[in-house]
Amino acid sequence: MTAVPYIFTVIAISAGAFFFLAGTVGLLRFPDTLTRLHALTKADNLGLGLIVFGLLPLVEWPFGAFKLISVWLLLQLSGSIVAQLIANFVRREEAHE
Amino acid sequence: MTITFIFDAILVVLLLTVAIWIIVARAAFSAVLAFVAYGLLLAVVWVELSAIDIALTEAAIGSGVTGMILLGAASRLRETEAAVVSAGRPLILAAALLCAVIAAALAALVLSPPSTVFTLAPETMAHLHESGLGNPVAGVLFVYRAFDTLLEKVVVVLALVGVWSLAPDRFWGGIPGLQVSQQPNSVLTLLSQLLPPLGIVFGIYMFWTGANNPGGAFQGGTVLAAMWILVMIAGLQNPPSTNWRWLRVLVVLGPAIFLAIGLAGFGLAGAFLAYPPGYAKPLIIVAEAALTLSIGVALGLLAAGPPERVAQQ
Amino acid sequence: MSSFLIGAACFVLAATALGLLRILRGPGDADRMMAAQLLGTGGVATLLLLAAAVQSPAIVDVALLLALLAAFASVAFVNSASHSQVKASPAMDPP
Repeated sequence: MTAVPYIFTVIAISAGAFFFLAGTVGLLRFPDTLTRLHALTKADNLGLGLIVFGLLPLVEWPFGAFKLISVWLLLQLSGSIVAQLIANFVRREEAHE
Repeated sequence: MTITFIFDAILVVLLLTVAIWIIVARAAFSAVLAFVAYGLLLAVVWVELSAIDIALTEAAIGSGVTGMILLGAASRLRETEAAVVSAGRPLILAAALLCAVIAAALAALVLSPPSTVFTLAPETMAHLHESGLGNPVAGVLFVYRAFDTLLEKVVVVLALVGVWSLAPDRFWGGIPGLQVSQQPNSVLTLLSQLLPPLGIVFGIYMFWTGANNPGGAFQGGTVLAAMWILVMIAGLQNPPSTNWRWLRVLVVLGPAIFLAIGLAGFGLAGAFLAYPPGYAKPLIIVAEAALTLSIGVALGLLAAGPPERVAQQ
Repeated sequence: MSSFLIGAACFVLAATALGLLRILRGPGDADRMMAAQLLGTGGVATLLLLAAAVQSPAIVDVALLLALLAAFASVAFVNSASHSQVKASPAMDPP
C-alpha cells in the first residue's frame, strides 16, 4: 500500500510536465502577444500547481507542505498581476500607434 | 549518460545561449532582460553545485535589486541610444580573442585538477560547533573570515555614498529620483500591498535560519530591500530624503555594531573580532540582525538612485 | 523515484528552454518581458523537483525566494516603459 502515494506522485508530476510543454507549444505557436500571455500564465501555472500537488506526499508535514503550497500561491499571485501589467502595457502601446 | 548529466547538459546549453544573446542583442533593453534571465538560470546552476547560500543570493540580487536598477538605467538610456557609436571591428575581434584565451585557460585549469586537492573543509567542520553555528557558510562568514565580512559591509556603505555623489551639488541630501508608477490604484498597488508583508516575514526568516541552514543576513536584507523598492515604485510611500538622520543611522548601524563587537574582542577574548567562549552565537546573531536591517536600507537606497530633487525642509 | 524526479526536472527545463529561445527573439519588448516570467515559473518547478529528488529542503527556500521576487522584473519593466511612453506622447494617456 505504500506504493499508492508514489503512483499518485508520478501521475500528477507527469500531468504537470505535460502542461508545461503545452504552455511552451502555445508560446511558440500563438500569433499574438496577448494570446501568448494566456499560454504563459495559465498553462504554466497549472503545470506548476500539478507538480506541487504531486510533490506533497514526498515532503514532511506540515511545514514542508506549507512551503510548497506557499510557493504555488505566490506564483499564482505574481503570474496574474504580471499578466495584467503586461496586457495593460500592450494596450497602451497599441493606443499610441 | 545518467539523467543528472542530461539535466546539467540542458542547463549549460541554455546558459550559453542566453549569454550569447546578451552579447549579441542590439538594444540595451533586450540585453538587460536576457541578463535577468541569466541570473535566474545561474541560481539553478548554483543549486546543482550544492551552493545553496549562493543560489539564494543570486536569486535575490539578480531578480530583485539588480534587475530593477538595470531596467531603470536601460530605459533612461533609451533616448540617447541611437547616438552611441559602436566599436570598430578590430577592437571587437581583439576583445573576442582575449575572452577566448581566458576561457581556454580556465577550462584547462578546471579540467585538469591537481592530484591532491588542498582543502580546509575538514578543519572548518571540526571546529564549527564551538561557535554554536550549524551552517558552515555562516561559520566562514562570521567566525573564520569575519574581517572580510566586515569590510564587505563597509563597502556597501561606500557604494551608497558613491551613488549619492553622482547628484549635482545643489541636490545633495535631496530626494532620490526613483521613477514612480504613473497610474494610481492599479494592479501594481494591489501587489505592493499583498507582497511586502510576506516578503518581510521571509526576509526575517532568511536571516534567522542562516545560522543552521542556507541563508543569512545578506539574503534577508536583499529581500527587505526589494519589498521596500516595490512599495516606493507603486507610490505607496515616497522615497525618503537622503539627509534624514535616522536613515543614515540605519545604513551605518550594521557595520558599526559589527565593528564594535570586533573591537570589544580585544578586551573580551584577546584579538580583533574574536568572540568570548560561549558568547559567540548571541554576538553573531546581534551583528547579523543589525546587518540585515542595514543591508536592506542600503540596497533600497542604491536602487532608488542619486538625489534629483531638493529635500523638503 | 529520484531518477523520475530529475527526469521530470529535465523535461520542464527543456520546455522552459524552448519557450525562452522563442521569447527572446519575439518582436516587441512585452514578449521579451514574458521571458522573465516564464523562467520564474519554470525555474521554480525545476527547483522543487530537484529539492524532492535530492531530499534537500533548503532548495525549496530558493524556489520560495524566486516565487516571491518573480514579479519584480516585470514591474520594473512596465514602470520604466510607461515613463518612456509618457515622455513620447505627453497628455495623451487617459487617466
